[in-house]
Amino acid sequence: MKHETIETNAGWLIILTLIVISIGGLVEIVPLYFISDTIETVKVDGKDTIRPYSALELRGRDIYQREGCYLCHSQMIRPFRDEDLRYGHYSLAAESQFDHPFQWGSKRTGPDLARVGKKYSNEWHVQHLINPRNVVKESIMPGYPWLMQPLEFKDVADRMRALKVVGVPYSESTDGYEANVKRYGKEIADKLNIINAESNLIADAQNGNFDGNREDITEMDAMVAYLQVLGTMVDFSKFEEDHFAKFR
Amino acid sequence: MAHSTSTAEQYNYAIVRKFTIMTIVWGVLGMTAGLYIASELAWPFLNFEIAEITFGRLRPVHTTLVIFGFGGSALFATSYYVVQRTCQARLFSDGLANFTFWGWQISVGSAAISYMFGYTQAREYAEMVWPIDLLIAVTWVAYLVIYVMTLRKRSQPHIYVANWFFIAFILATAILHIFNNMAVPVGLFSLSSYSLHAGVQDAMTQWWYGHNAVGFFLTAAFLGMMYYFIPKQAGRPVYSYRLSIIHFWALIFLYMWVGAHHLHWTALPDWTSTLAATFSILLLMPSWGGMINGIMTLSGAWDKLRTDPVIRFMIVSLSFYGMSTFEGPLMSLKSVNALSHYTDWTIGHVHSGALGWVAMITFGSLYHLVPRLWDTKMYSDKLTYLHFWLATIGIVLYISALWVAGIGQGLLLRAFDEYGNLAYTFIETVSFLHQPYVVRSLGGLFFVAGMVIMAYNVAMTIRQGKREQAELEAKLAAKLA
Repeated sequence: MKHETIETNAGWLIILTLIVISIGGLVEIVPLYFISDTIETVKVDGKDTIRPYSALELRGRDIYQREGCYLCHSQMIRPFRDEDLRYGHYSLAAESQFDHPFQWGSKRTGPDLARVGKKYSNEWHVQHLINPRNVVKESIMPGYPWLMQPLEFKDVADRMRALKVVGVPYSESTDGYEANVKRYGKEIADKLNIINAESNLIADAQNGNFDGNREDITEMDAMVAYLQVLGTMVDFSKFEEDHFAKFR
Repeated sequence: MAHSTSTAEQYNYAIVRKFTIMTIVWGVLGMTAGLYIASELAWPFLNFEIAEITFGRLRPVHTTLVIFGFGGSALFATSYYVVQRTCQARLFSDGLANFTFWGWQISVGSAAISYMFGYTQAREYAEMVWPIDLLIAVTWVAYLVIYVMTLRKRSQPHIYVANWFFIAFILATAILHIFNNMAVPVGLFSLSSYSLHAGVQDAMTQWWYGHNAVGFFLTAAFLGMMYYFIPKQAGRPVYSYRLSIIHFWALIFLYMWVGAHHLHWTALPDWTSTLAATFSILLLMPSWGGMINGIMTLSGAWDKLRTDPVIRFMIVSLSFYGMSTFEGPLMSLKSVNALSHYTDWTIGHVHSGALGWVAMITFGSLYHLVPRLWDTKMYSDKLTYLHFWLATIGIVLYISALWVAGIGQGLLLRAFDEYGNLAYTFIETVSFLHQPYVVRSLGGLFFVAGMVIMAYNVAMTIRQGKREQAELEAKLAAKLA
């Protein structure tokens, strides 16, 4: 075919353009859904250790997104010596398998948060979020004092339902619950039960006491609960040194 | 007046005028938002503990207003102008064209407001909540229909090269927008939704979208702009027709592969990011093919550089296009990316493309377009020159400051002391960034000042055009009386 045919025919131009622009995406994206090595299996004693977020953590994650935290903090540690020393083991694909959307980020104006969980106390996080310069003098992060407001969680069950539709194993039936018991153990399966979402959230916030105030359930509770779970679901001491390298 | 009345009937200029004005309005607002968030990084007290104006909420306001508000409106304006002129046919359906205008403006405006109040999808450059995504999708389909129907009405057998780029941009943007924004809403009356994809697949989809927003929205379409306005302003034909064919097909094919270079060394499989790096290097060739074609078209009209400020905007835009499409493949190399990723070098690179290429070619094209749309001369060539210098100096300050910031921080973060421990804590590298951030804000201030001057110059030109027309009509009426 002469190029003149395309130049004089809008139909050809459109069809050929569509074909040419489709190839790259098809080759690079579609296989990621089918190649089983893409996401590592992380099992200890036959149980999956990477679980979906609890109701409270999920609401924390929503607030993390609302405030645009991902624009300054990555959640993706690369396999370099300096990152290993600074942040810990490089991130696994499996660790963000329930992240809709992913929060890997693209810029570190602040440090990576992929393994921030359990590194600092709840009190530190509360002080830091209210005014970062309370604990890090040179910080350029904004303060978030409004996180002390009450947490909205009436729609948390709906949120978990929406996530269930996109493939996150929250359960709403006995079958789903039993499958989760098998996969994660009873304690976690209870947290993933949509039917008890609200009562689980209240109990987690009060028992966890993330914001330093047991009575009120605040956005701070949710946010700190979320931060404290980040990167804590894989116990790397349970795996051989090079176990995860073969997935790369 | 007889002449312009007949062109007014022949072509739909009203829609081009509307989009032109909104280009400038969003330009001023979006760049001001950019200057403000840049200043927040240099002087964090500017966040004032007001939720709506914290960096995290304003940053998507900035990116959305400049990419989709400023860039998008400029593309609607110029593509609607170019398709009519090159097809010698009136734009298909005035009503549908007006629908694209309102659909687009409402999408951009409501997106910006919704981010400030915390409604976001948390996908970079695609933060709009799902109802806005739907409005954009409908608007975009209308845009495609208008474009194709106008092409079909053309009275020229050939479809001019600028239109190939515009068509590719419209098609690719539709595909990217739809696949990247697939999500399940929390409820019919909830603005929240959760992405259909997760983790690795989500990251890949998002950066396939993200980089092709650059490739098609901010490059292919602006090449369409270049292919019309540069030959027009220089008064010379496109340098090489053959080159334009080769680089068009190569560019649209290769761009779609390169998104994963944003995910080097992450949990994305190695094969994907290696493919992306390979294609990123290949992409240098069609990018430079376009740049060379533009510069060679200007070649022979060099004397106009002394007398024509519009040509200056155009040549500088092509130079920055060449520079940033060289820097891009460089940064997509895994070893370079290991240093540059997560740092301000990336932000600097984006702005050498966005300010240097996209904004400068837009300014050049608008300074060509505005006098023709309002049938007069530019109000002040001096102000146009002033804008040119403010913009150029602003860009240079901006990108040099961020080279220092990005490369500097990258090196500090990977420095070890003699015992093999990390030499610097993270916060020490943040303190290092203060000075480059101040210079970056200064560069931004220059650029915004230029944009404001343009807004003034264009507003005065419109007034002048209207006054001249009124005078002419009065004279005509007097003659007839």
